[in-house]
Amino acid sequence: MNKKIQIPFDKEELKELRAGDYVYLSGTVYSARDAAHKRMYEAVLAADSEEAKRAALPFDIRNQAIYYLGPTPAPEGHVIGSAGPTTASRMDKYTPMLLDMGLTGMIGKGKRSPEVREAVVRNGCVYFAATGGAGALLSKCIVASEVIAYDDLGTEAIRKMEVRDFPAVVVIDSLGNNLYETAVEDYLASRK
Amino acid sequence: MRNIHTDVITEAVKKMCIEANLALAPDMEACIRHAAEVEDGALGKKILDSLIENMEIAKEESIPICQDTGMAVFFVEVGQDLHIEGAGLTEAINEGVRHGYRDGYLRKSVVADPLLRTNTGDNTPAIIHYDIVPGDALTITIAPKGFGSENMSKVYMLKPADGEEGIRASVLDAVKNAGPNACPPLFVGVGLGGDFELAAKLAKKALTRDADSRHPDAHIAKLEDEILDLINQTGIGPGGLGGKTTALSVKIETYPTHIAGMPLAVNMCCHVNRHRSVTL
Repeated sequence: MNKKIQIPFDKEELKELRAGDYVYLSGTVYSARDAAHKRMYEAVLAADSEEAKRAALPFDIRNQAIYYLGPTPAPEGHVIGSAGPTTASRMDKYTPMLLDMGLTGMIGKGKRSPEVREAVVRNGCVYFAATGGAGALLSKCIVASEVIAYDDLGTEAIRKMEVRDFPAVVVIDSLGNNLYETAVEDYLASRK
Repeated sequence: MRNIHTDVITEAVKKMCIEANLALAPDMEACIRHAAEVEDGALGKKILDSLIENMEIAKEESIPICQDTGMAVFFVEVGQDLHIEGAGLTEAINEGVRHGYRDGYLRKSVVADPLLRTNTGDNTPAIIHYDIVPGDALTITIAPKGFGSENMSKVYMLKPADGEEGIRASVLDAVKNAGPNACPPLFVGVGLGGDFELAAKLAKKALTRDADSRHPDAHIAKLEDEILDLINQTGIGPGGLGGKTTALSVKIETYPTHIAGMPLAVNMCCHVNRHRSVTL
């Protein structure tokens, strides 16, 4: 099924999504990968109150999506360079905390840890996969991009981006269904 | 004795960095187009179609195929009768990388220290493997390597008794472990023999072979075919979303080894298996 989804997310709408749904995402997404996650995580751990923890993050993550991305530099006349997903599991250590603080969507590729899956279910979130290695194609769906934090990290800085009809597939839905487990089984069963 | 100036080398390296990242070699492109034609997994087919569209956009608009434009890995054959003048050869290659990654709008993905992790800002240093060979030519092969797939690579110190069965099982184990993480469809480089570190280097070198090439030794070529077949029976498919195309190719490079051992290295590469060669 193909669905159009707006970000910031409507959590009620996200509950309807199921692993295997093909979606087109539009709205705001934030890029963050290894170094930015580590920095956000450490900033939150160092803060001593709920308020301080939230203030320690460079943007309000509630109902938002993080795209695990480190793009190539934008050539003249382009919003961004090549911009495909990086492997999500490297962010697993930091992700449950962000989901518990209100982060709602993640876009990446590859497997997640049991801890991330539990946090997805606990908080009614969704993990989407974009096509790995399709950075040129996906860059066409990013219509605005601006570095908003951690500029010193270069490609790993946090960008606020506007996406339009960004294609992705639901891998882990809010019930904890995992497409990477079911898709391969379903395919093999279909060949019998 | 033939002379070559390092300025020529720097310029050639710069050009290779950019070309390798903007367009796949024809053999790789043909592989992906063929896979899209025969794929029967619904989501898998969708992924392959988008990879074809991606290649076309990358070429038309001069945008890198993948945002991970890699660490710049080189295999360099230096003719022993060649005289290189100018800067140091390694520095000349690094200077080419510096220029290529800057002028080609490629990503700078290298950190200076594995723990402190400050980006070097110019994608240097490269990883360079030198061979001294007869003659007076200089052959440079670049293979920019992304780390989504590199992270899923493995070394197995197999024993002689493990035989072909052990090789098949180990490569399959590595592929299953990689699953969707290494961006299938994969190009699987296998190094067999030598010692611990040579096996890994051979596995990387295997990735630079043309997709349609076959190993000159019949028993190794047969093993390449068998392993590819086994991998494509896993059903992992493009993007790990189910399908018959989990790998596009398996290449094995071998070297003599010790009576007690049979080292095996599996270097995973995604479908963006980039390489270019030039002889100067």
